[in-house]
Amino acid sequence: MINTTSRSAPEVAPTPRNERALDRKGVVQIALLAVLLILPVAAYVMGEFYYVNLASRITIIAMAAVGLNLAIGYGGMVSFGHAAYFGLGGYVAGIGAYHAFDATPFMTWPISLPGSDNLLVLWLAAALLCALLALVIGAISLRTTGVYFIMITLAFAQMIYYFANSWPTYGGEDGLPIYLRNSLPFVDSSDPLNYFLICFVGLLLAMALTSRLMKSRFGAALTMARLNDVRLATSGINPYPVRLVAFVISAAITGLAGALYADLNGFVSPTVLSWHFSGELMVIVILGGVGRLYGPLAGAILFVMMETFLGGITQYWQLFLGLVLLGVVLFAKHGVMGFLAGRERNE
Amino acid sequence: MSVTLLIEQLLNGLQLGTMLFLMASGLTLVFGVMGLINLAHGSFYMVGAYATAAVAASTGSFLTGLAAGMAAAAVAGALVELIVIRRLYHRSHLDQVLATFALILIFSEGTRWLFGSSPLRLSPPSWLTGFVTLPGDTRYPTYRLMLIGVGVVIAIALYLLISRTRLGMRIRAGESDREMIGALGVNISKLYTVVFALGASLAGLAGALVGALQSVQVGMGEPVLILAFVVIVIGGIGSIKGALFGALLVGVVDTLGRVYLPILFRAFMPPSEAAGVGAALAAMLIYILMAIILAFKPKGLFSAHD
Amino acid sequence: MSDAVLSLTHLHKHFGALQATNDVSLALEPGEIHALIGPNGAGKSTLIGQIAGHIRPDQGSIELGGETVTNLSVAQRARLGLGRSFQVSSLAEPLSVMRNVMMSVQALQGHSFRFFKPVARDEALLAPALEALEHMQLGHRAWTPVSELSHGERRQVEVACALALKPRALLLDEPMAGLGPEGSARLTELLEALKRDVPILLIEHDMEAVFRLADRISVLVSGSIIAQGDSHAIRHDPLVREAYLGDCDA
Repeated sequence: MINTTSRSAPEVAPTPRNERALDRKGVVQIALLAVLLILPVAAYVMGEFYYVNLASRITIIAMAAVGLNLAIGYGGMVSFGHAAYFGLGGYVAGIGAYHAFDATPFMTWPISLPGSDNLLVLWLAAALLCALLALVIGAISLRTTGVYFIMITLAFAQMIYYFANSWPTYGGEDGLPIYLRNSLPFVDSSDPLNYFLICFVGLLLAMALTSRLMKSRFGAALTMARLNDVRLATSGINPYPVRLVAFVISAAITGLAGALYADLNGFVSPTVLSWHFSGELMVIVILGGVGRLYGPLAGAILFVMMETFLGGITQYWQLFLGLVLLGVVLFAKHGVMGFLAGRERNE
Repeated sequence: MSVTLLIEQLLNGLQLGTMLFLMASGLTLVFGVMGLINLAHGSFYMVGAYATAAVAASTGSFLTGLAAGMAAAAVAGALVELIVIRRLYHRSHLDQVLATFALILIFSEGTRWLFGSSPLRLSPPSWLTGFVTLPGDTRYPTYRLMLIGVGVVIAIALYLLISRTRLGMRIRAGESDREMIGALGVNISKLYTVVFALGASLAGLAGALVGALQSVQVGMGEPVLILAFVVIVIGGIGSIKGALFGALLVGVVDTLGRVYLPILFRAFMPPSEAAGVGAALAAMLIYILMAIILAFKPKGLFSAHD
Repeated sequence: MSDAVLSLTHLHKHFGALQATNDVSLALEPGEIHALIGPNGAGKSTLIGQIAGHIRPDQGSIELGGETVTNLSVAQRARLGLGRSFQVSSLAEPLSVMRNVMMSVQALQGHSFRFFKPVARDEALLAPALEALEHMQLGHRAWTPVSELSHGERRQVEVACALALKPRALLLDEPMAGLGPEGSARLTELLEALKRDVPILLIEHDMEAVFRLADRISVLVSGSIIAQGDSHAIRHDPLVREAYLGDCDA
């Protein structure tokens, strides 16, 4: 957040960009949030619940991509396995609901743990379990770099995928239904607009966390780990734990989104654990603009819109998605946000 | 009985391993020589299978189909290299992953558009449909045995190609020092196209051969692609020797795990649970193997790159 | 080993058949510039790698300020007071000079896992970083992105990064490389002034700079130190002349 305009007054730290008057980037960002908020409210008023749920879907996917963006965009860790966390989060919601519905315990040993249909409990469990899983996967994967890292994260996610596929207790490849949406105290989560608002707040919190994080000392170290890890080590900070913590936070955010997604659909299956989904999350981050706070949101809007409207016209819509993606990667490296809001300076 | 089963499963493992080697050798060559990670390699596997099935159906000859399949995959590979891939050599791995992911979408949906969603039929030629009786009274399908044979022949041919020919010399030079071969006056962009097409045709061959065993359908290349990634990560990216070793290891471990783990668990679990636990663990086995190998050797067993 | 700040004792390192470091012992005393010279392929990079912590020696030990650091990581050594610069400039190009230097201050304060307080106005980070920059006469460039700096300025920023660690010893790897005569003279002056505070182990190709700056010189040939002494002694050492200066009219 440091710019170069103040060379005339070098002794003073320059004003960070975001404290200046609203610029083009600010306008685009506010517009994105406003559209995302206003359209579902309008749809709800008109009784078009389908579009409310579509907005929830965009919001949740954006949140998952915010998590991935922390790893890829800010941390330079190209994780090709974030479906693992999204899926695990989803299964936490599903399994909690399954045992709550059946009134059977989730486990009896070493401690007795019942199921739960309380969203707060499930979210906490999803975030913690995803963090734990990412701690294990990250600890091994971050010993490697480059292509190895990409493939190892992919392979670990496949491991979880095949496990979910062949473990019969929770539906195996058929997946696990959530008959009644898990609930919150005081708020009716089964109402589509309420649920959208819950997701929207989740997205805002995830973005605020990312923004705050990247301005802190931790963010400074993570940025340096991405740009030049030898410099970071030479400065006296070991890059490994910095990366690992970022990876864990990233996974927890994506996992939370996964839990929201399972409850939105009333269903969780190994599909959300598949490598295709990991790829799609990466696509969303890149379409939006990698390493930009609002990139995941822009990418998710574009992706879900293409899926919904192109998918409504032709069943081969992914052919066009492929062409768009290829065009963005080859010719428009800064994504939608780069196109709409101009290039980011410095970091 | 159990010795027969073991021999049969070992052969199945070898057969999976040799087919994985056909996939992995192309991937690892492309990475070793061009430094490129190519997710679309599974698409060439699919292209080979579809072309083989289509040509075999219209000519009635499996071998003609096979030749057409390899040629189609090679042409697809060369075109993709010329149009897209060569713009990616100097890009980040992230860009390479995304661009080749885009290629998968384009290839898969394009194929679905052309051939529809239902699988194509491709059968092995009649002269390969029988069984061979091996020593120890094991009866084993001739076609599968032939696949192992093809894999061995290709492995030897690749070895000779790389160690004995001018092209192989250039590939080796490209692996060790990219600037050097430019300085020697080798036409790098032509070399890259040739290597890429070669890898693609091997993938196409594997797709066609396996397609006759399973089925020819959209997306068939993806599980194999991911297994091939595991193979080259275990073997060390860029190393053909590593790809061979990794492929056989993964093929045998995966096959034996699926058969023997459920049996093993039955020894101390009720049979119904043992089947589930055994199957789940077997499905994860090669990934666990990979994680263990990488925990000790982060660059794989035969790394060509540091 | 008396009061040496940095000492290497009987270091050995081989790669396959190649003996890259062969029984190297060397001490850096307070207040001195100790130059390490040697022809290409003498094993300088391997030795630097071992001192900085990128490469583990096969045998021998490295002490920094009386503490054995042989098995510590690069980052741990840096925090114990080993500042280094690289042969090829190694800064984060898109970031400002300040952000590069602040990293060292942050490491020293040990608070890299603070997640919420913004760094952009954190005086505890800014002030020491600016001080280090001013030490290298670069205060006026603090908010310039590294990518806009001249080659000479980058070298100075690297040294400033090292200084911000409040180092006990500096390890400078060919700081003069690529500098014009003017930049070279300027850096020479700055290092001269610096050595009283922090002793410097200087790896340098520029013979003129070495002979002018160094209080002591060690000559590394084929992984071994073949001579050690002041510039006069080194200039006239027959072994050195034969192995190294034969093709360089000193």
